[in-house]
Amino acid sequence: MYEGAVQDLIDELGRLPGVGPKSAQRIAFHLLQIDGPDAQRLADAITRVKDTIRFCARCWNVSEAEECRICQDPRRDPAVLCVVEEPRDVLAIERTREYRGRYHVLGGAISPIDGVGPEELHIRELLARVGEEPVEELIIATNPNVEGEATASYLSRLLTHHDVRVTRLASGLPVGGDLDYADEVTLGRAFVGRRELGA
Amino acid sequence: MQLRHLELVDVRSYDRASLDLPVGATVLVGPNAQGKTNLLEAVQRVATGGSHRVAGDGPLVRVGEEVGLIRCELETDVGRRRRVEVEIGTGRRTRTRVDGQDVRRAAEAIGVLRAVLFAPEDLTIVRGDPGDRRRFLDELLSQRRPAFAAARADYDRALRQRNQLLKRSRHLSGSASEAAAVTIAAWTEQLVTLGSQLLAARIAAVRTLAGPVDRCYRDLADRPETVGVRYRSSAGQVVDELLEEADQGPVPAVAPLAQALAGAYQEVAGEERARGVTLVGPHRDEVELTIGALPAKGYASHGEAWSLALALKLATFDVLAEVGDRPVVLLDDVFAELDTTRRDRLAAACERFDQVLVTAAVEADVPLSGHRIDVRLVDGVTRLEPRTRELPS
Ligand SMILES: [Zn+2]
Repeated sequence: MYEGAVQDLIDELGRLPGVGPKSAQRIAFHLLQIDGPDAQRLADAITRVKDTIRFCARCWNVSEAEECRICQDPRRDPAVLCVVEEPRDVLAIERTREYRGRYHVLGGAISPIDGVGPEELHIRELLARVGEEPVEELIIATNPNVEGEATASYLSRLLTHHDVRVTRLASGLPVGGDLDYADEVTLGRAFVGRRELGA
Repeated sequence: MQLRHLELVDVRSYDRASLDLPVGATVLVGPNAQGKTNLLEAVQRVATGGSHRVAGDGPLVRVGEEVGLIRCELETDVGRRRRVEVEIGTGRRTRTRVDGQDVRRAAEAIGVLRAVLFAPEDLTIVRGDPGDRRRFLDELLSQRRPAFAAARADYDRALRQRNQLLKRSRHLSGSASEAAAVTIAAWTEQLVTLGSQLLAARIAAVRTLAGPVDRCYRDLADRPETVGVRYRSSAGQVVDELLEEADQGPVPAVAPLAQALAGAYQEVAGEERARGVTLVGPHRDEVELTIGALPAKGYASHGEAWSLALALKLATFDVLAEVGDRPVVLLDDVFAELDTTRRDRLAAACERFDQVLVTAAVEADVPLSGHRIDVRLVDGVTRLEPRTRELPS
């Protein structure tokens, strides 16, 4: 254990995803050695992101305004919604340039081990959108791992009584991999070959 | 396939060892606890991704060291030279390279080197719990096709998720209970999808094994009794009936298995909700072994149990060789457990393998001609001393 401020910093860093106790220590001591202005820039970047970035009130993507740029873009097809787990998945799909519809970000996947059930995700909001917006097709693009598949299955069960076509991105994605890591070509192909869910 | 060269750095009792291996039989000779098994274990680790003795890589690293290295150079059946290097660590993640390239997932390196190991621990396949027999099948299937290992890992994960959910929603009632039922159904679907794939693969493996096991057993045993290998699904009669009907092809269709599994889940749904645990699926299945008319577990004598376990392992050679390279065979301390007749029979059975590595404390126990290597512990470190080739007799 280190004293006060240093230990606080290590603890905070250790809470970040993918940062273990050893890395947290290494980063903390690196930060101790950098120049004042560099440290200030890092602190400012974190504060600014917290002050100006929020979640889109419609699709839960990251946004600088009440609604994100994609939701505000009149050229995006309102009849198609692509359902993803995280905002970074929106980015991955945007990079393929294959998709012209809109998004809905769930904020994760169903995972009882982690205490995440349907109530912890933006599923109620999704159902509301399906009721209020002219949605004709839902493309479920949750990750191709067991949690993503279970979430897709749950959504298709929930939507059986709604008048909307539910499709799932075709696999060809790396098994157990995050959508984020799928290369753009595979992801583009997955969009073209999506399959019907449920029924 | 032939393992041409093996290098060990800080693995178990080895600080640094380098060994050229010929085709045919190689017998590692030395008293117990000198490091003979450690060598086979290292080869097994590269072939299957795990040790047959311990879970995790930690114990494989030499005491006092942080990293160990196992390097295998091999030649495939079509003459292609390949290299697999596995860096094992006590704490950090393993690093695996195939043909000089880092692999993204360690599972990608499984099966590049193909090996079948028989060790005294394998007696549990006959004598142990159903879990031991399932593990035997799953390890075989993973080596046969790496995609199986991925499906198996996904199934385990989905099972843990569903069990957790069942446990948490055990005391719910009314609308909360109905809402939970929809989420449970989503997980059931995962178990059905993944489980039916596992089922089909396991049944196919059992069907392919049955003939060779029976043949290998007759080759080894005193009395030529018929050996039976049957897959018993926990999904009950439905699946078993399906199996009887569809007994023509080697690989059963996945769709009817999925249907049967889904039906079984419906049947036990109430009990699962009450008990808070998943009651059906490949994780509860059994591989039934019989010698003559009797179940092997509980009825087989010591010699019979050994012969059957050995026959099962020798038969996996055929299942693996069916798709891809013929595996290297590793026999750890086997000959000492057998009587003279069975030793001769096993030695005769070994002739059809391209390469066999055998360990023995007493050289005279192994009636195999071939290369000999003396294994001795010197100052706490294993030394390998290949003998000059014996003249053919
Ligand atoms: Zn939005």
